[in-house]
Amino acid sequence: MSDLRDLYQEVILDHNRSPRNFGPLEDADLHADGHNPLCGDKLRVAVKVDAGIVSDIRFEGSGCAISQASASLMTEGIKGKTLDDVRTLFDHFHRLVTDQTAPPDDSLGKLTVFAGVRDYPARVKCAILAWHTLLAAVDDNQDPVSTE
Amino acid sequence: MAHTDPTVTDRTFDIGRIRELFPILAQRVGDKPLAYLDNAATTQKPRPVLEALSRYYASENANIHRGVYALSQRATDAYEGARGKVARFLNAAEPAEIIFTRNATEGINLVAQTFGRQQVGDGDEVVISTMEHHSNIVPWQMLCEEKGARLRVVPITDSGELMLDELASLLGPRTKLLSIVHMSNSLGTINPVRRVVELAHAQGVPVLVDGSQAAYHMPVDVQALGCDFYVVTGHKLYGPTGIGALYGRRELLDAMPPYQGGGDMISSVTFERTTYNEVPHKFEAGTPHIAGAIGLGAAVDFIAGVGFDAITAHERPLLQYATAALETVPGLRLIGTASDKASILSFVLDGVHAHDIGTIVDTEGVAIRTGHHCTQPVMERFGVPATARASLAMYSTTMEIDQLVAALTKVREVFG
Repeated sequence: MSDLRDLYQEVILDHNRSPRNFGPLEDADLHADGHNPLCGDKLRVAVKVDAGIVSDIRFEGSGCAISQASASLMTEGIKGKTLDDVRTLFDHFHRLVTDQTAPPDDSLGKLTVFAGVRDYPARVKCAILAWHTLLAAVDDNQDPVSTE
Repeated sequence: MAHTDPTVTDRTFDIGRIRELFPILAQRVGDKPLAYLDNAATTQKPRPVLEALSRYYASENANIHRGVYALSQRATDAYEGARGKVARFLNAAEPAEIIFTRNATEGINLVAQTFGRQQVGDGDEVVISTMEHHSNIVPWQMLCEEKGARLRVVPITDSGELMLDELASLLGPRTKLLSIVHMSNSLGTINPVRRVVELAHAQGVPVLVDGSQAAYHMPVDVQALGCDFYVVTGHKLYGPTGIGALYGRRELLDAMPPYQGGGDMISSVTFERTTYNEVPHKFEAGTPHIAGAIGLGAAVDFIAGVGFDAITAHERPLLQYATAALETVPGLRLIGTASDKASILSFVLDGVHAHDIGTIVDTEGVAIRTGHHCTQPVMERFGVPATARASLAMYSTTMEIDQLVAALTKVREVFG
């Protein structure tokens, strides 16, 4: 078993304690709700889009440290990106947390702190929930997202 | 840290010898000894159960009933013998009152789909409680939706006890069934089932009791409880998965329509008309889990051999020890503090989600469950998204509790 600190990195603990971009977003263009029924994580992601670019994003909800920090770091990571960039980043992040053989991926920046999740298969859903929810918002899919 | 507690040691009960009978317990998780504290989800299997399964497949396997050859007769005798063992274990009046099912969930669904569909109609009511497992909620919701009936829910107190006055006031002429858990899987509460049955029967309401958790912690006597149905699941009785049992009073079972159609549940079949077999076979269509039933028979024999006096004498002080030990953990709050409870410690830790607790204690070799435990209404009642739950069995030790408490210190180290 890998070291616990590989999973609970200081950046993750910090974003869990003080999540960035947390709270409702007035006049959001897109939003979606996500739910991880297994552990009770609940998220709402709301996005403002300006000429195809994410101009603002916020999230609300509750959950474990991994899901909260993932949502927080995601909001930081995608502000200013195009909707196409968001979809590409989703794929990269998905590979990061699920693929044991994935090579280092510079495009993810700070998000690489979640690489440790791949050694804890039961926690992948926690890390990916915010991203699935964001994707549903971007695709304007109003059905609540569930990781089950 | 103290690893032995004299109050837990009992002369009639040698914990070392008991643990040796469960081969899985000796393993390590990484470099730590396994502390298996997820018994409310499933218990481990002792050698007599493993040997019964292996012996059946190695020397007795044949399909049961109607075989004229010796091997089939032996398999039939073993299967029906297991039914007799379960009947004795629950003190049913006769083996025919025991129907083998896949698990407790199937037992409840069987009653909902046969007795329920026959007895519950438009405007009728089914009563359950807030502390039910989803398996004792959803089958009744489905039935009520189909029939235009109403599901009523008995509330619970802040300590997790059933509100008996409220229960009594919910029972009335429209109530067609009360379905209630004997011991809560997320709170540990033991419900006063005998009293509940008295209240229900006074209104002419039959009672189903979900004994999934109770049956491996305390003796169950269905005739003394007076209940009409009682369900258990084998894998929580130190037996195999995929096998459970439904007890039903003979006169109710006789009057109920069959559950599934198929072989074994019939007396004769023509394209014009089929007549159904007698109980219990009427409710056991198709080739059953023969090995599972035999394994369950071995499991209840094993429990009876150890004896509930010894099991209770071990588990009760261990629960007190664990409760006291967990109460020393800063920021820990126990959920479920009923005065009559057994072997379950559900808790939350300030500032740390249950799922994070589960992952971190796992790295210390401690297996506990985290989440809603298939009791989302209980989580809502207590205003928590999830709890961490340690649950005990006859082989649990004070050392494992100490290992859990030490692992919770590690959680604090990580989260600060």
